[in-house]
Amino acid sequence: MRLSEYKAMKLPVSTFLGALKLALSLVTFFTLSLAHAALEIEISGGSAQQVPIAIVPFAQNDTISKIIEADLKRSGMFRVLETGGVASRPNEIAQIKFAEWTALQAQAMAVGSVEPIAGGKLKVTYQLADVLKQSQLTGGQYTIAPSQLRITAHKIADAIYQKLTGESGIYASRIAYINKSAGRYTLQVADADGENARTMVSSKEPIISPAWSPEGNRIAYVSFEKKKPIVYVQSLSGQRNVVASFKGNNSAPAWSPDGNQLAIVLTHAANSQIYTINADGSGLKQVTKSSAIDTEPTWSNDGQWIYFSSDRGGRPQIYKVSSSGGSPQRVSFEGAYNVSPRFSPDGKSLAMIRNDGGRFRVALQDLATGQVQLLSEGNQDESPSFAPNGRVILYATRSGNRGALAAVSADGRVKQRLKDSGGDIREPAWGPLIK
Amino acid sequence: MKTFNVKLVSALAMALLLAACKSTPMTKPTVEDKSVGKDSSSTTTGATTGSADDGSGVKEVNLDNGANADDAGNPLKDPNNILSKRHVYFAFDSDAVNAEFRPLIEAHAKYLLANKGAKVILQGNTDERGTREYNLALGQRRSVAVKKSLNALGVQDGQIETVSYGEEKTQGCADETCFAKDRRTDIVYEGE
Repeated sequence: MRLSEYKAMKLPVSTFLGALKLALSLVTFFTLSLAHAALEIEISGGSAQQVPIAIVPFAQNDTISKIIEADLKRSGMFRVLETGGVASRPNEIAQIKFAEWTALQAQAMAVGSVEPIAGGKLKVTYQLADVLKQSQLTGGQYTIAPSQLRITAHKIADAIYQKLTGESGIYASRIAYINKSAGRYTLQVADADGENARTMVSSKEPIISPAWSPEGNRIAYVSFEKKKPIVYVQSLSGQRNVVASFKGNNSAPAWSPDGNQLAIVLTHAANSQIYTINADGSGLKQVTKSSAIDTEPTWSNDGQWIYFSSDRGGRPQIYKVSSSGGSPQRVSFEGAYNVSPRFSPDGKSLAMIRNDGGRFRVALQDLATGQVQLLSEGNQDESPSFAPNGRVILYATRSGNRGALAAVSADGRVKQRLKDSGGDIREPAWGPLIK
Repeated sequence: MKTFNVKLVSALAMALLLAACKSTPMTKPTVEDKSVGKDSSSTTTGATTGSADDGSGVKEVNLDNGANADDAGNPLKDPNNILSKRHVYFAFDSDAVNAEFRPLIEAHAKYLLANKGAKVILQGNTDERGTREYNLALGQRRSVAVKKSLNALGVQDGQIETVSYGEEKTQGCADETCFAKDRRTDIVYEGE
């Protein structure tokens, strides 16, 4: 019965897919402009599997339902239906008049409420219903402080996303990026929808290469505050430690999957080489030994390999080396210039930056077949970073003479552009899901 | 299109059939409690900053530090002294030190040999084309090239540190004349 229940939900969706494939030239395009938005997000294109869903404004406080709606729209996986024309406003499944929602062609719908309770807390309740089966798919209740409304909305959006797509969601997560504005550099952390941006570090000197720890509670980055690149690790609560401050450059920090070590790049008095070091700055080990440039390390998900870019063969390409050292092997073969490797969360593909006739673009290489797909369309695209579920790649692009953030789905279908209200935004890093 | 319709109809029929088969009433929803964060049910105390708690717990660290040293009478800062010249420029994709910068490098070598306590930081730079970390590595090659010129004139490694700014000090160029100014090694004395 479980399997057939699954089929019942999935089949209409997959036929919908067929229709969308046929009508792919009819590209949907819309702009979302949220109140007080730090980053305005434009989406073009759409997934082949858009589920028609209605989000009924939650009773007493519709902030949460608006955020859920925006998240689901932005994912490209849903067609969020206009509910204004429906007379009833149910806030629990028992109140739903299903005929009204079937008429709207909704396959799924979310209802809920936000109720003030003792101690200034809020009780948030939601239910996701299958409109055809007239039954509950999932539901939940949260007791929160008012300041946790946004994160709670993102968690509900993720739960809906997961129930209807079978994949984990992405919105209860954070992104980090560098903002250069009025001659100052700041490392900022925002919710995955670009809202709620907070400054973690602020300096007159450059800050580059932010990298989330696997648990999402620390960020490693490079600061030039001492007139040279030094690697720091800082917790979100502001505790800051030097990880690597050796003679020469200290840069390109990349966390090991267990969060205990970092791969870093040091120069001492010569060329850039890859090392590993414990997150507390102890236990330095050299990994690559070449007379070439070896940089931009990233770990394979099992921690066995470090992938990196190197010009040891003349032009820069991606190589891999055992994380305990040894002889590197070349990984990228298509294209004359490939840098900035980043693993997909499932470890099956590698995002990179390809110099394609003077245009720097995001490319995705399937590690089993070696096949490469160019995903982005800019000229100076950099810093690819996967969403926690691997569906979306966030990257830095140029908009006019300034840096901006953009995102593309890993299949290349959905493209988004995140525009900041001011400043020069670069080097996005997508953190893990917030537990 | 026809096959699609047929598929859709059969899918819908199947879904309805399965819905009909399902006997459990849907009036009793299963609701799980999923409170956000550990402190969600108890009031958080011990907040040390005045900033509004948005639940993110993100705190800011400001890195601006001390004032600049007094420059009066310093040969390194005298605009008439070649020691105040600090830029060595490079051709595209090159780390070869051009002969025109020989007098400048010789003057700094002489100063360093006469002032053993002085230390220079050679900061390599690139234009903005390419990725940040890769450019950081490329800029490093240019700082090492100037270091080797100083070494050849007798300056020991102990007085030199080679670092790179990569593309972090670029001027936002749009053409080659401008890019050429970004491709350089800056000579900076420790404490400046």
